[in-house]
Amino acid sequence: MSILVIAEHDNDELKGATLNTITAAKEIGPDIELLVVGFSCDAVVEKACLIPGISKVLVADKETYKNFLAENIGSLVAEIGSDHSHILASATSNGKNFMPRVAALLDVAQISEIISVLSEDTFERPIYAGNCIATVKSSDSIKVITVRATGFDDCESEGGSAPRENLDQDTNLGISAFVSEELAKSDRPELTSADVVISGGRGMQSGENFRLLEGIADKLGAAIGASRAAVDSGFVPNDMQVGQTGKIVAPNLYIAVGISGAIQHLAGMKDSKVIVAINKDADAPIFQVADYGLVADLFDALPELESKL
Amino acid sequence: MKVLVPIKRVIDFNVKVRAKSDETGPDLTNVKMAINPFCEIAVEEAIRLKEAGTAQEVIAISIGTNACKEQLRTALALGADRAILVETEIEVEPLGVAKLLKAVVEREQPELIILGKQAIDDDSNQTGQMLASLLSYPQGTFASKIKIEKGKINVTREVDGGLQTVSLDLPAVVTTDLRLNEPRYASLPNIMKAKKKPFDTLTPEELNVDASPRIEILKVSPPPERPTGIIVNSVDELIEKLKNEAKVIS
Ligand SMILES: Cc1cc2nc3c(=O)[nH]c(=O)nc-3n(C[C@H](O)[C@H](O)[C@H](O)COP(=O)(O)OP(=O)(O)OC[C@H]3O[C@@H](n4cnc5c(N)ncnc54)[C@H](O)[C@@H]3O)c2cc1C
Ligand SMILES: Nc1ncnc2c1ncn2[C@@H]1O[C@H](COP(=O)(O)O)[C@@H](O)[C@H]1O
Repeated sequence: MSILVIAEHDNDELKGATLNTITAAKEIGPDIELLVVGFSCDAVVEKACLIPGISKVLVADKETYKNFLAENIGSLVAEIGSDHSHILASATSNGKNFMPRVAALLDVAQISEIISVLSEDTFERPIYAGNCIATVKSSDSIKVITVRATGFDDCESEGGSAPRENLDQDTNLGISAFVSEELAKSDRPELTSADVVISGGRGMQSGENFRLLEGIADKLGAAIGASRAAVDSGFVPNDMQVGQTGKIVAPNLYIAVGISGAIQHLAGMKDSKVIVAINKDADAPIFQVADYGLVADLFDALPELESKL
Repeated sequence: MKVLVPIKRVIDFNVKVRAKSDETGPDLTNVKMAINPFCEIAVEEAIRLKEAGTAQEVIAISIGTNACKEQLRTALALGADRAILVETEIEVEPLGVAKLLKAVVEREQPELIILGKQAIDDDSNQTGQMLASLLSYPQGTFASKIKIEKGKINVTREVDGGLQTVSLDLPAVVTTDLRLNEPRYASLPNIMKAKKKPFDTLTPEELNVDASPRIEILKVSPPPERPTGIIVNSVDELIEKLKNEAKVIS
């Protein structure tokens, strides 16, 4: 039986998280089908067909699926997935939204945010904000899984030529409707896939002061993140939150500025390759996970760092 | 309307949990327990709906051991009108919780069910969506704002790219994100009054639900340890280390 992977995209662009999820799928088994569900998403399908190692790309291109309403996508994926051994999606806000509906419709458990594959039915996933790693074995006939992107490398994105197969399904439960969205626009790399991330916390004191991070981010090609305290204080929007309940990042370099290092923040960044902490309190817990700690006032350190980079 | 609020008893969010040395599970001896923070936000939102006259009754429900009564009493002290404990000794997985909640929803017929988006112990982020699916209800997950109007609920959701607003038919399921509200504290007089509020106890058998687990936890281990870092003395030293030792900048 084949593995069904649900592509993560926004109708225009195939998101990088899809490639990590395919890597996880390849560790489970060789026969992988990719489902692109959305509306007017030909550009995404074209890219999807180029990914090596995919047996076919299933396409549900219907207006019903335009805004990824979980009610409709959940029903579609449960229907398509019912004759597959595994259904995998990225643990993005979209994947987290519809996948448990799929699992419930199929009467199987969901295994959330796996970070490694041990066999076709055994996986590792973090629990307790990443302070423990659970090895879990599923006894269900279909394994419904969300994949944490930081746990798996990207697969190749070019060189394949999978056939496209259009689906007729147009499942609209008619109980929910899209109203509006306010999406943040940024020229910077995406937080979850950036090589370098620089994050500010409550110590930044204001949204205005995040400018101090921008200059450095420009020089390093970094994405900008934040602690929950910085988001709650209204310095920056919610989509910048890194942590247990925000985004999980694992860049090559993570720079935490004016962030104390609460358990919930560490949960979102402690798998970064190199961690730098800049904090004026030498006892801040962030220094316990930092490879390089600088005890300094950020208002002195950041301008100096920017000018010397 | 009637609002049902499922709450989970979990470790206090300040506790740094460690795996037991024999790797059979998390070490929870003598740790402080509390209402899951997201469920606290759910209780608060339900009470605000009642205060605004939109809701008439708020029912708190928990699934777990007898000890969950403590968290249900807190919910009553915060303003819930009555509580239900579905008592079981087994650790019920999100699918089982959703099935038990569905059975209670069928009895109680609430128009709105507000859950936390995620329990901070298992970090599953599943139960609300599963419940909605089992009931064929719409869902507004990761809510940072809700508005009820003419038989519908508008939910503003925190999504990866920013915010999305959806309009859902009632009855509906909502799961809370951190910025939905700031929960109040229970006052002493309310804690006293809560003792007199109705409290029912049910079992999975009475609800005719099979909530047995599907997932076996083979082991629980500590995460890989990070090598101890160093404190640098200056910005110059930091740049030098990042360039020449860590080789992450050029
Ligand atoms: C259920 C739940 C989920 C949560 N999820 C998340 C999450 O996903 N992500 C998250 O980040 N948090 C999360 N939190 C919140 C978390 O517990 C902390 O409250 C939060 O991370 C603190 O943010 P902070 O480090 O910016 O602020 P603080 O803890 O206030 O730390 C500010 C730091 O800045 C330093 N500082 C101040 N001024 C300067 C200066 N001039 N120069 C240098 N340093 C300075 C201080 O020494 C201090 O260490 C969650 C909490 C709960 C209850
Ligand atoms: N045992 C339980 N009893 C009551 N509510 C629960 C229970 N488990 C989960 N929930 C609800 O479901 C939400 C999400 O939990 P989870 O899916 O486990 O991350 C929680 O915030 C609660 O509102």
